[in-house]
Amino acid sequence: MKLTLKIWRQKSAQAKGSMQTYPIDGIDGDMSFLEMLDVLNTQLIDRGEEPVVFDHDCREGICGTCSLQINGEPHGPDRLITTCQLHMRKFNDGDTIVIEPFRAKAFPVIKDLMVDRSSFDRIQQAGGYVSVNTSGNTIDANAIPIEKDKADEAFNAAACIGCGACVAACKNASAMLFTAAKVSQFALLPQGRVEATRRVLNMVEQMDKEGFGNCTNTGACEVECPKGISLENIARMNREYLAASLRG
Amino acid sequence: MSNLNSKVPSGPLSEKWTKHKNDINLVNPANKRNIDVIVVGTGLAGGSAAATLAELGYNVKTFCYQDSPRRAHSIAAQGGINAAKNYQGDGDSTYRLFYDTVKGGDYRSREANVYRLAEVSANIIDQCVAQGVPFAREYGGLLDNRSFGGVLVSRTFYAKGQTGQQLLLGAYSAMNRQINRGKIKPFNRHEMLDLVIVDGKARGIIARDMVTGELERHSAHAVVIATGGYGNVFYLSTNAMGSNVTASWKIHKRGAYFANPCYTQIHPTCIPVSGDHQSKLTLMSESLRNDGRIWVPKKHEDAEAIRNGTLKPVDLKEEDRDYYLERRYPSFGNLVPRDVASRAAKERCDAGFGVNKTGEAVFLDFASAIMRYGKEAAAVQHIEDPSEETIRELGEKVIETKYGNLFQMYEKIVDANPYKTPMMIYPAVHYTMGGVWVDYNLETTIPGCYCAGEANFSDHGANRLGASALMQGLADGYFVLPYTIGDYLADDIRTGPIPTNSAEFDAAEKNVKDQIDALVNNNGTKSVDYFHKKLGKIMWNNVGMSRNAKGLEEAIAAIRELREAFWKDVRVPGAANEVNPELEKAMRVADFLELGELFAIDALHRNESCGGHFREEYQTEEGEAMRDDENFTYVAAWEYKGDPGKAVLHKEDLEFKDIQVKTRSYK
Repeated sequence: MKLTLKIWRQKSAQAKGSMQTYPIDGIDGDMSFLEMLDVLNTQLIDRGEEPVVFDHDCREGICGTCSLQINGEPHGPDRLITTCQLHMRKFNDGDTIVIEPFRAKAFPVIKDLMVDRSSFDRIQQAGGYVSVNTSGNTIDANAIPIEKDKADEAFNAAACIGCGACVAACKNASAMLFTAAKVSQFALLPQGRVEATRRVLNMVEQMDKEGFGNCTNTGACEVECPKGISLENIARMNREYLAASLRG
Repeated sequence: MSNLNSKVPSGPLSEKWTKHKNDINLVNPANKRNIDVIVVGTGLAGGSAAATLAELGYNVKTFCYQDSPRRAHSIAAQGGINAAKNYQGDGDSTYRLFYDTVKGGDYRSREANVYRLAEVSANIIDQCVAQGVPFAREYGGLLDNRSFGGVLVSRTFYAKGQTGQQLLLGAYSAMNRQINRGKIKPFNRHEMLDLVIVDGKARGIIARDMVTGELERHSAHAVVIATGGYGNVFYLSTNAMGSNVTASWKIHKRGAYFANPCYTQIHPTCIPVSGDHQSKLTLMSESLRNDGRIWVPKKHEDAEAIRNGTLKPVDLKEEDRDYYLERRYPSFGNLVPRDVASRAAKERCDAGFGVNKTGEAVFLDFASAIMRYGKEAAAVQHIEDPSEETIRELGEKVIETKYGNLFQMYEKIVDANPYKTPMMIYPAVHYTMGGVWVDYNLETTIPGCYCAGEANFSDHGANRLGASALMQGLADGYFVLPYTIGDYLADDIRTGPIPTNSAEFDAAEKNVKDQIDALVNNNGTKSVDYFHKKLGKIMWNNVGMSRNAKGLEEAIAAIRELREAFWKDVRVPGAANEVNPELEKAMRVADFLELGELFAIDALHRNESCGGHFREEYQTEEGEAMRDDENFTYVAAWEYKGDPGKAVLHKEDLEFKDIQVKTRSYK
């Protein structure tokens, strides 16, 4: 395959960035999207140019490190996968591919396609946990039976990989789906109910502080989420938040 | 050569840990506030250790190269975590978990450590449930279990195929609670590049801020290394792209012995290599062997026809298939341990029965499981005389709830539907049992420097059983290290903060700076990956699934040569004071090029086959591994002497008092 890549290059957080064009040849359909970028980078290094910086690590769709806005979509055209799981067979010979970083005020660019998502960490630090000590001095695991459907639902929310595609997909750069997934996981489990009020208030407050936008229910986040996190979580968080605010 | 002191407490095996906890020194809560601990690595071991140490009152700093602790590669563990809960009432016990682990490790692990691991395992599950980890449950609301290789009970707890993710998020949430309280200071996008030793004790690290490129000095009263395994020495492995040996190797060069580097786990069920562009390999969880049956064609002509696409695997008759694991190992069948399953796959492919284009793949087939579950589901739903189609549909649904994410992952990578056609799999480097030598307290040979999780060598001997890595990481981090480190820190209550302006910090920082300068100013002609791929080829071909003396000698010479070529000719674009992934890779590959040599030296010295270490010279007529208990029942701990080739061997003799050492048989 022969392709034309248009890639966002930006030297540093302070520098001004721009789109650069790179023709590339010899791309195989079995390559992953990131392996295609590896090929480009090897060529750039061999030519004495600086390789394109992008975040990636596990390359199996679970660590949530890779990002990339590909032809305007977070993680590219395929559904329910991350960029590292996208394969070049989804593209055609002669295609032009536009590659940009995830764009959001709360995700500032560090360099080229690498962004700073530490705002997500701070949201979780604000309350994304159950306050139990790790001493192991707790009740037997089977002492709290949990309805299978509830446990599965909590798992589905907990499957969020924190990649930020929901934010990048949203026209308001809202982090509601991410925050809601975290709130929901605990809200659905008896272990998490004890602190539910405090948790939802603190996490939402932190989310707002980080400069994420508001949710206007377009549902783009759910469509682009590589783990299929459901919008129901946002509804659940709104209920939790309302109830918590009333309790106050 | 000396004998190492493992500091295993005296007394009966089952009472050692309790007795030890009663005997060791404690630090008073008020004094813990004056003590700093550095934890490098934030996976299951590092994350859980950091959270627990902070909870106890120590001031903790964590370091990880990822942009968030939650992204450490523990996140990718799929299948599950073992615990001797005996919820299934199938005869499990602490002793049985201990026995299975020692046997699975081919009698090359330290008995007392393994017993302790089995002992604390049940508590891990209680702890994780209390934290809100959403494990799989049965309809009655209680926890579900499944089986893993090398055992005859169901003791594996799981969360779909994402158990590592859920456990890591649990540890990360415990960390977050402490970050919120100000007890943990996280340093993300930071890489540890040297250990600082003051008056013979580990007192700090030099770390590079991977965003600004700045070198930073961090001091502490103790340093914990929990940076995972070194499988990426093979270039291709199931590890994350950034997984590396650097922290372990730097402490090795500062005096920590490195144990059993040659014990590497080659996992039997991974997606086969598709071409030269390949950057990493993807695991298909061992849990799939609960339901998948492994086979190749019986006849060469059928294998040939499948390879060139003229015969579909589903069309090959049952009697023409060779379910070679069920044939060779009737009692464990498809659930033999990983080392055995991997070698058996290689044996069939080497004999010409491989089923993909390269001839390096076997089938993992779910057809009979789909029909079996389909029939069960039809019966439960009272469907009378269900058609084959209905049964298949129902069965596929059951398989989807069990392994859905794995099947999807496979389909995206290979572009074939595993519900309809068998998966193709082949062994790949997955885990390293070897690592930094530690005593019973998880302390290395450097006082004050501890090592936990996959980075240490201690619990899995020559082969790790499935679902035991998560167990060990969390056992070390939640329940072992936080106790044992107190014994050491009790002497430090009057020390006060460790200054970072000492000559030792100066020297360590200069050491790091010199290496970085040499790399960025090298102006060579070849990329880092060029050397890393070459190293990987040498390792895979000569130091991989089967090894022999001649091949190992060649590998040692080739790695030395490659290392020289690297320093002469590597090209690292960009500068030191900016985001520079090529520089990060170069520093990691420089360490792999040293470790690789020690790895091969260790494999050459161990004249026996055990677990993941298979020496062609030492096998039975049936091709099974042949141990030499008389001469090799020891841990090989290597001391660095200026060059990996000059490493000095120290032995820790292994004693088995509570278990009878036998030839491992899964027949």
